[in-house]
Amino acid sequence: MTFLQQTINALWLGSVYSLFALGYALVFSVLGVLNLAHSAVFMWGAYLGWFAATRLSLPLPLAGLVAVLGAGILGVLLDMLAFAPLRKREAPRISQLISSMGVALVLVRLAQIAFSAQPQYFPMDAYLSQTIPLLPVKITVIQAAIFVIAILLMIVLGLAIRYTRQGRAMRAVAFDSQTAALFGVPVEIYYRSVFFISGALAGAAGMLYGLAFNNVLPFMGDSVALKGLTIIVLGGLGNIEGAVIGGFVVAALEVASIAFGGSTYRDAIIFLLLILVLLIRPQGLLGVKKTTKV
Amino acid sequence: MQALWDFLTLFGLTETIFQFMLVNIILALSIFITLYTGIFSLANIGFMAIGAYSGVICTQTIGLPLWVGLLAGMTAAGIGAYLLGLPILRLHDIYLAIATIGFGEIVRILVLNFDNIVSAVSGQAVVLTGGALGLKGIPKITQTWHLLVFIVLVVWILERSAKSRFGRALRAIRQDELIASGMGIDVVKMKTAVFILSAVLAGAAGVFSGHLTRIISPGVYSFSRVVDILAYAVFGGTVTWLGPVVGAGILTAIPEMARPLKAYNQVFNGIILLLVIVYLPNGIVDPGLLRKIAGRIKPRKE
Repeated sequence: MTFLQQTINALWLGSVYSLFALGYALVFSVLGVLNLAHSAVFMWGAYLGWFAATRLSLPLPLAGLVAVLGAGILGVLLDMLAFAPLRKREAPRISQLISSMGVALVLVRLAQIAFSAQPQYFPMDAYLSQTIPLLPVKITVIQAAIFVIAILLMIVLGLAIRYTRQGRAMRAVAFDSQTAALFGVPVEIYYRSVFFISGALAGAAGMLYGLAFNNVLPFMGDSVALKGLTIIVLGGLGNIEGAVIGGFVVAALEVASIAFGGSTYRDAIIFLLLILVLLIRPQGLLGVKKTTKV
Repeated sequence: MQALWDFLTLFGLTETIFQFMLVNIILALSIFITLYTGIFSLANIGFMAIGAYSGVICTQTIGLPLWVGLLAGMTAAGIGAYLLGLPILRLHDIYLAIATIGFGEIVRILVLNFDNIVSAVSGQAVVLTGGALGLKGIPKITQTWHLLVFIVLVVWILERSAKSRFGRALRAIRQDELIASGMGIDVVKMKTAVFILSAVLAGAAGVFSGHLTRIISPGVYSFSRVVDILAYAVFGGTVTWLGPVVGAGILTAIPEMARPLKAYNQVFNGIILLLVIVYLPNGIVDPGLLRKIAGRIKPRKE
């Protein structure tokens, strides 16, 4: 396999990772909490899409929409159950981490009870898994589509955060929620919508990931959960651009370690990177050093 | 003794379940010690794995008695904690949680590939950890009294140290590290000591449970198991050692004794974790809460 081919592999895998990590980073940047149930929402997104595609026989694009909206609603429910009550009490953010772990446990187990531990498959037309002809590298139609969709979603989100009124308000809440509230920003509504967007991103990533490997499992979130953590730590916790770049870096590392024959250690390499970044550069690749120590 | 177990079995509490309760109590105490000091570490599962494999290799592969395996497991976990603690205890809060989650996964992957690595380095085919299948047919030599004696010993040490200079230092660190160090407490040393102690307990739990379940494999030491352990401590509360003991006991017993709940075991633990953290942040064994309830039942006379 050539270098170019590996780069292509890293690009489409990285786009899914970035999309997933973006939701993590968004919640962290606006609320300052780590949502460990994010990977469970990711998995439910894949299942919702699968359910819509097989049981409701919707075409794949519509099934994707079901996955995104469903996962977004799940994100809102998550906030209502696990985060909002603690936020009101001004509990330490570790408590919110623990409550999100509780929800993650429930969501994964419920998926296992509802859909069994057997892998489920999407009904895919044959052309989707064929390689695109006349290209110097091998890439299937579905992989190319995944890359394009993921990049488009990230661009739309980036533009919305930067240029819309709502995006500006969201950044204000992230910077200082009290001051934003004084300026008339309905902070709670923004918190909730951040959870909706984060959930929707997780759902989109889950659906795309499920399509890419054509495999939906209750435990599919586990492998991305910790990679997602590495990605947002690498990008600097709460740094949105950092999360996007981190996603591609982690995917490149993974692809490279498989190419060099170390596929059994690829996860170990990623977690080692996670610990090293925390110790050496806790502000992440793009982060600016703050005076408060981590 | 048998008569007692026959009686308890009527309520669904067999000796095996009781033994698992005791193992989980040790694990809950292990995470309790770090939480008590304000260290949010999730590395326990990694140390449990290190302890279990070291212990079982001593007893099964080499043929030494259980107490040697126990010491070996505890020592290995303690050394691991010392080495990991040096760099990692500088981190706090969420950052420490993330790093220790990473550590647990690294241990699991290393155990999984240990034979391959050693074989590649030494040039001979070595079978020590047994890869993904793990080690099977471990002698079931953990007795209930072993666990009881161990727990009583640990609780005695905890009770003694809670009232000592050491215990006060830990509570000071939990409140505010900076002020604690200003008061002359060697924060780094104290935190390292606590981290090692916690790892040693997790290692012991690993050795005991390996000689109960008779099979250990990397899959046992996954992230979701840490969440279970955390649930025991959070449910019981981390105000005194009694919290994790009660928490682990109840959360282990309920799904086992009420069979229909068994399939929903983790759903149950997850909901408990969520409800307790939201509504009873100090857990169910909370002296303040008990005082409040007592005050409501028996109003104080003016």
